[in-house]
Amino acid sequence: MSEQAKPEQILILEFTLKSLDFMRAGEASSEFKQRLKKLGFKPELVRRAAIAAYEAEMNVIIHARKGVMRFEIAPARLLIVVEDEGPGISDIEQAMQEGFTTASAAIRELGFGAGMGLPNIKRCADAMDIQSIPGQGTRLQIIINNE
Amino acid sequence: MKLAHIQQILQAEVLTGAGSLDREVGMAFSADLISDILVMCKEHTLLLTGMTHIQIVKTAEICDLAAVVFVRGKRPGPEAIALAAQNDIPLLLSSLTMYESAGLLYCAGLPGISRNPDPCGRAKGERTG
Ligand SMILES: Nc1ncnc2c1ncn2[C@@H]1O[C@H](COP(=O)(O)OP(=O)(O)O)[C@@H](O)[C@H]1O
Ligand SMILES: [Mg+2]
Repeated sequence: MSEQAKPEQILILEFTLKSLDFMRAGEASSEFKQRLKKLGFKPELVRRAAIAAYEAEMNVIIHARKGVMRFEIAPARLLIVVEDEGPGISDIEQAMQEGFTTASAAIRELGFGAGMGLPNIKRCADAMDIQSIPGQGTRLQIIINNE
Repeated sequence: MKLAHIQQILQAEVLTGAGSLDREVGMAFSADLISDILVMCKEHTLLLTGMTHIQIVKTAEICDLAAVVFVRGKRPGPEAIALAAQNDIPLLLSSLTMYESAGLLYCAGLPGISRNPDPCGRAKGERTG
């Protein structure tokens, strides 16, 4: 993890993610959540942000090769950007459907891969954007406003 | 309902969190899918599950679950128990099945996540015993 403080009270956290690294899976989101808690964000917002982050983090670990997860924590707005190198998503609309998954049987045995992650991120976020180049990778951006 | 009461009803072993058994639990939820937990979970909820790998504890932490009951005697590994201890998430182990564990708690008055305050219809006298 690396950390840097920008002006205007923005705290930036950055983590690298690796394919199928279940030992460390969830660490980035957990660290993000602990920070939000410590900074005094409302519990409901913290939960929503942590769940969205965790779904996004697990998607890189499950579906991509490696990635970088970056959190920008500002008093009025949380920004999560996840960029990965991997297979990408050829049909984003299809990937957003509840129940659509390409997860392997082994992943599903762990209790993941029900095809609910992206819809759940959408539900938790105030805004969400996916850009992907098939065969190269995916960039997911999540915004959560603190009103 | 206090965790201590839940432990007593399920005759559960306390794997970690013995010092937190006076914690109040508002409702409970059973799941064998991480994805379901992430979609359905509410705060201060008790999770009953048959999954024992460490990702359950990580998910519980992300979702602010109150505690986790492992059913049918399925014991999580030492890493999972250590992580739960570190995150202050009590873990209980019940030898009963998921169905029996959930049924006993439900009828003892612990509501599901849709927060039905009278799960067994006792108020209307629909159920005796
Ligand atoms: N970072 C990613 N890289 C490649 N494919 C992805 C990524 N995230 C999601 N997908 C694709 O979108 C599908 C749906 O994702 P999601 O809703 O999170 O469900 P699940 O992860 O359970 O499969 C995945 O099965 C996968 O095909
Ligand atoms: Mg997913």
